[in-house]
Amino acid sequence: MQPRTSVAGLGPALLATLRRDLTVALRRRGDLVNPPAFFALVITLFPLGISPVPEQLAAIAPGLLWVAALLATQLSLDALFRSDHEDGSLEQLLLAPQPLAALVLAKVAVHWLLTGLPLALMAPLLGLLLSLPSGSYGVLAASLALGSATLGLIGAIGAALTVGLARGSVLLSLLVLPLTIPVLIFGSGAVQAAAMGGDVAPALAMLGAQLALALMLAPWAIAGALRISIHG
Amino acid sequence: MTFRLEARGLACERDDRWLFRDLDLGVGPGDVVRIEGPNGSGKTSLLKLLAGQLPLQAGELHWNGVSLRRARPAFLANLLYLGHAPGIKPALNALENLAWYQALHGESGSHRARLAALEVLGLAGFEEVPAAQLSAGQQRRIALARLTLSPRLLWILDEPFTAIDRQGVAALEDALWNHAAAGGAVLLTTHHELHARGALTRVDLSKAGD
Repeated sequence: MQPRTSVAGLGPALLATLRRDLTVALRRRGDLVNPPAFFALVITLFPLGISPVPEQLAAIAPGLLWVAALLATQLSLDALFRSDHEDGSLEQLLLAPQPLAALVLAKVAVHWLLTGLPLALMAPLLGLLLSLPSGSYGVLAASLALGSATLGLIGAIGAALTVGLARGSVLLSLLVLPLTIPVLIFGSGAVQAAAMGGDVAPALAMLGAQLALALMLAPWAIAGALRISIHG
Repeated sequence: MTFRLEARGLACERDDRWLFRDLDLGVGPGDVVRIEGPNGSGKTSLLKLLAGQLPLQAGELHWNGVSLRRARPAFLANLLYLGHAPGIKPALNALENLAWYQALHGESGSHRARLAALEVLGLAGFEEVPAAQLSAGQQRRIALARLTLSPRLLWILDEPFTAIDRQGVAALEDALWNHAAAGGAVLLTTHHELHARGALTRVDLSKAGD
């Protein structure tokens, strides 16, 4: 046996991590249902609680949909690294001869595929419930798809920081929610603009820019946060 | 080309108490080093320090003469670390768990090799069973299958004999000595008495804090 100087194969490692996390999540379907169910329940309560008058609902629908979706994405964040931490595979992930930032990006991507994307796809249906003006459904789905990816990246930093704590979920929400405000503003702004027949491009562009920024910076922050939490 | 992990002046402090101080340690081809000491004497901390998992409080670590901070990728490429938790995902079966670890280490690995490694560890017939349905000892055996599947020079094993039955212990001991004989190195903690079949270095932590 000769000492190795480096290890090839970041691509296969990323693919394997994607496939592994997807398999694990799909075998525990109960957890997958939580965010969409929360989203649907909250939105169905609003017409009952506020008023069934379509004009009134339509005026606040963009904000309601976005706030409910944002809170729904927070539900599953705490579990992002926790089970890996408990069974010891997070420790192994940190010891893998691969860039940690890339590996955690794969984990966050799976989280988005299984929470953010389903929320974005079901949002138009719930928009119908709140009499969201026609023509803004596409923008609603697009803004949520973009925004939830950013939310997942930001949330993963918090999840990584709190993974070592026994009851980190409250702290996690306190840490993460303030950082999600810009995403909320431009996300609901895009839907609002679409509902009023305005130009949606600027708000969507801002969401895209936020995602690009988060994609560049968050993986490093997540990796650093994991090192701090695990290695104390 | 050979390899060497060299530690000089390591120290570990917990709650204003030195677990160990001024600890020097060198590991090279053919070495089996056993870290000894009572519970709470810092065995796991020492292994984590040596694996680069904990920040150094004092002293320095070198891999092949280069500071570990700079040689980290090369060091990790040669390291196989098994900690307290076996690192086995309960929702996945043995084959899936092993395949992920191989991919993580840049190996594609073959299905047949994984089956063979599991069979050696007495897990034939349990390959497709989700790890959640296996016993603690069987889960640890899955983790131990990585030793044969991924050839790494330096093994750092934290209590590898935990939850393993008597035959498993004998087989693992054989594997340790064979690894050393083949030019590898093993660093381990265990309360189990090792039957020395080669040079066994002992590092006693029970008085290392004074």
